[in-house]
Amino acid sequence: MSEFLRVAWLVVRKDLRVESRSREMLFTTLFFAVSCVLVFSFGFVRGGQAVEGAAAGILWITIAFSGTLALGRAFERERYHDALRGLLLAPVDRPAIYVGKLLGLLLLLAVVEAVVVVMVAFLFRAPLFQHSGLLLALLALGTVGFASVGTLFSAMLVRTKSRAVLLPVMLYPVTIPVLIMGVSGTAALIQPEPDLVMARLWISLLLFFDAVFLTLALWTFEPVMTE
Amino acid sequence: MNRRLFPLLTAVSLLLFVTAPIIIVRAPYESTMGLVQKIFYFHFPAWMAMFLSIFVLGIASVIYLFGRKPTADRLAVAAAELATIFGLMGLVTGPLWGVKAWGVWWQWDARLTMAVILELILVAYLLLRQYGGAGADRLAAGLGIFAMANVPFLYISTEIWRTVHPRTSVVPTLPIDFGLPLWWSFTGFIVLCLALLSARSRLEEQRSTLERLYQALEED
Repeated sequence: MSEFLRVAWLVVRKDLRVESRSREMLFTTLFFAVSCVLVFSFGFVRGGQAVEGAAAGILWITIAFSGTLALGRAFERERYHDALRGLLLAPVDRPAIYVGKLLGLLLLLAVVEAVVVVMVAFLFRAPLFQHSGLLLALLALGTVGFASVGTLFSAMLVRTKSRAVLLPVMLYPVTIPVLIMGVSGTAALIQPEPDLVMARLWISLLLFFDAVFLTLALWTFEPVMTE
Repeated sequence: MNRRLFPLLTAVSLLLFVTAPIIIVRAPYESTMGLVQKIFYFHFPAWMAMFLSIFVLGIASVIYLFGRKPTADRLAVAAAELATIFGLMGLVTGPLWGVKAWGVWWQWDARLTMAVILELILVAYLLLRQYGGAGADRLAAGLGIFAMANVPFLYISTEIWRTVHPRTSVVPTLPIDFGLPLWWSFTGFIVLCLALLSARSRLEEQRSTLERLYQALEED
């Protein structure tokens, strides 16, 4: 197990080092997320006031969109100089490579979400920090669910020619349950009278979803990546 | 096996489909819904055929991904296409009933939402197979497993969410007058589904044989 975690950590460190030199993914994803929220604000502001109840949806759609962008880039990078083949040839557990890539993406998305949450709270007057613990749980579990499926699909598609379009085509239908749970949970938290029981129910459903799809992704990563 | 199974299954499903209208017409009118209730004899079996196809798709995908059996891959293609078609039937007949029962064509009810999601996943599967290029079969197998894994969420969600969709637990308790035509068309759909599965996977088999022959010809 420690060997597994060590390999995963090595992949994370490699990704962080590459990222720290160019900061390409961080800056592009962040900028995309910010412009996404702004585009939504043009669609959902009437007479100078944000439409009521739009904040939760805007938050999660922005996460899903910028997550897709980051997912596509994360494996695009591995295509240069056949880096992916090098990774897969390494005499280590393949699922550990998957976990490493997933953790790297989660770190990136955490930074993006920190900015997006503040922006949405500020621009749409959403009381997002009222129950920050529950919101944190929703965001963490939702992002894990989205990214665990996304990392697998993105890795699968790396050798496919129309991967840029196929990733969202495959990813959104499979992860819509995550979006529904995340949006409903967040909406329950920020409505005028927060419904904490409902929010906790959505959190436990997300946990269930994460467990199922993370297990499936770990299980299928090896055979789908074998040439 | 396929060659003998197909005519038998086709004949049985044909017989069931020809006789089904007679049985459905003779079934009594449901007191509140009237004529529109008869859509149910089509709607429910179509969804059940879809679930059967998704189940076949998921199992075949697992077998192909871990066992590399080409037969399983062909079965998966056939099942995915059939699931899409049967799902489409369910999605068309549902609103036809809903506009009479609920007064609207569409409700964002849990079961309807998940039905649309499943249909979307199936279309994504077909798109991936069509445009994925070389190696798409294995990727599609991965997606097929995820499609099957989404089905339990569909079932659980209806229990947790408040739903306006009639509960499926009503089906075993139906009186015989309604039950007979329902199970009649149910059997018809399932047998038709199996017949089409065997025909489509055989077509896929012949297609790949043809492709192999072409390749061999080009190499010569």
